[in-house]
Amino acid sequence: MLAYTIRRLLLLVPMGAGMVVVTFGLLLLIPGDPAALMLGQEAPAEAIAALRRSLGLDDPWHLRLGRYFLALVQGDMGMSLFQSQPVATIIWGRLGATVELAVAALLLASAIGISLGVVAAMRQGSWVDTLAMLFAQLGVSMPVYWLALLLMLGFAVHLGWLPAVGRGAPMSEALWAALRGRPEMLVQSLSYLVLPAFALAMNAAAVISRLVRASMLEVLREDFVRTARAKGLRRPRVVVRHALRNALLPVLSVIGLRFGALLGGAVLTESIFAWPGLGQLTIAAISQRDLPLIQGIVLTFAIVFALVNLVVDLLYAAVDPRVRLE
Amino acid sequence: MRRALANPSLVIGVAIVATIVLLALLAPHVATHGIAQMDMRNRFALPSAEHWLGTDNFGRDLWSRMVAGARISLAIALAATAGAAAIGTAVGLAAGYFGGWVDLILMRITDIFLGFPAIVLALALVAVLGPGVTNVALSLVVVFWTEYARVVRAATLVLREQTYVAAARALGASPARILVREILPNAAGPIIVLASLGLGTAVIAESALAFLGFGLPPPAPTWGWTLAYGTGFMREAPWLSIVSGAAIMLTVLGFNLLGDGLRDLLDPRQLTRASGATRKT
Repeated sequence: MLAYTIRRLLLLVPMGAGMVVVTFGLLLLIPGDPAALMLGQEAPAEAIAALRRSLGLDDPWHLRLGRYFLALVQGDMGMSLFQSQPVATIIWGRLGATVELAVAALLLASAIGISLGVVAAMRQGSWVDTLAMLFAQLGVSMPVYWLALLLMLGFAVHLGWLPAVGRGAPMSEALWAALRGRPEMLVQSLSYLVLPAFALAMNAAAVISRLVRASMLEVLREDFVRTARAKGLRRPRVVVRHALRNALLPVLSVIGLRFGALLGGAVLTESIFAWPGLGQLTIAAISQRDLPLIQGIVLTFAIVFALVNLVVDLLYAAVDPRVRLE
Repeated sequence: MRRALANPSLVIGVAIVATIVLLALLAPHVATHGIAQMDMRNRFALPSAEHWLGTDNFGRDLWSRMVAGARISLAIALAATAGAAAIGTAVGLAAGYFGGWVDLILMRITDIFLGFPAIVLALALVAVLGPGVTNVALSLVVVFWTEYARVVRAATLVLREQTYVAAARALGASPARILVREILPNAAGPIIVLASLGLGTAVIAESALAFLGFGLPPPAPTWGWTLAYGTGFMREAPWLSIVSGAAIMLTVLGFNLLGDGLRDLLDPRQLTRASGATRKT
């Protein structure tokens, strides 16, 4: 396991380097002068020249790439052009909210997806199966921003049960307060979290339910399941202890890969629910053409995604020794 | 043919896709009004015989704008998917057939691109490239080619061991000829399935960019933008957002059903599953 972990960690180095190159390459793609793009066409020529100098744009690209690498290693993502703060500081302040939303959505999606998938597989061909798969098909096809909007219209605007926009206290603080006997904060934080998390979860839930169903159907046909049944074990016990445990393995790695889509969906969800995370920051940075900030955000998303997949891979290897020997 | 008709996914998928493609192709003829034709006395009109889906804040006919929007969405999705499939297939064929260093380098590059959440990278690309049909399509090509590369590589790994490939090689066929004449036709099944599902993903992604205001600039009647500005009139005319969202969903649903149906029909199960490929939006 240790050898596998080290190998998997070492793999991150070339991946990370490649991601930095792609992020850096974004600047090279700009048609014309990046400084002029950032300041707008009406900016005076001296201001553009000054920005070019301060960003080092007059140097050859390989020198700039080298400098970019060196700075990143020291945790320096450059300065935001419009917020006069280091990019890393701005991103760090927003990361928590996005991670909270994404994790909540992932938990919700796994719960919905796994239960639907199992039920559908157990009752293959019945109306329950048809209904579950219809839900899955709609969930995959529904744009996250549309669902978010409908949920907001229904539950926040019409029924008035939940707040439409914003975020309560961070979940970590709210949980801490609840543990010390003050649950009001947690209730409030949850009320803000429910709608965005649900909107974001639906797509992943649909994908997971289809996978779990297919995987369960395969495992249920395996010999060891028949053996367990023949031993006289009850069906629910066989399904949970024998079938589900094996069926979930391939699903686990897919959940890791889906996390990228979830992060992308978070950008859209955040923009609708005014959730103060990285997604909202992305939109703001792009509208202002704040290129250092855009680069920092893109890289941060990639790093978070890579780390999640690392954790998933290690979990997978811990549960299934066959992976380590590959 | 009988197997195709017995497959409800395929039948419904084909019906939805065919309807929307027809509407898009015939947009100028099925539209009842000009897309920019304003009618200030008929602002926020409810759906009626005159305005089938109602009107927006300028009294513009929503039905006419929806069919015009179908054109934009389908054109971008088609261009993006064709580009992504072409690049991904070329990369996958080369990596799978030549193996070794070629495989290692090409697949590491694929992994790197796969490591970015698609919408985030597409947004950043549109931000630096600027708006416009070509740039939106290009940015989607950059984020979507990776799936094809992985699936085609997996298929090629299996196919290159086939006896007919060995026979072609023994006859002195060049690698290019083997790849194009022997391997590509046999890998076509998974590529077609992926492309069909990919068209749906591209429609969602294009609409997402438009929704956030980074697609085609208004007054282009994109579905995503209509949905976005409709949110400003939720009380007066909720149907603006609801109808445009439904149009996106129906189209994506059509492509997804078509893709699922084709997968069952062509049964390239081993090939697509071996790659562990998953869709991302």
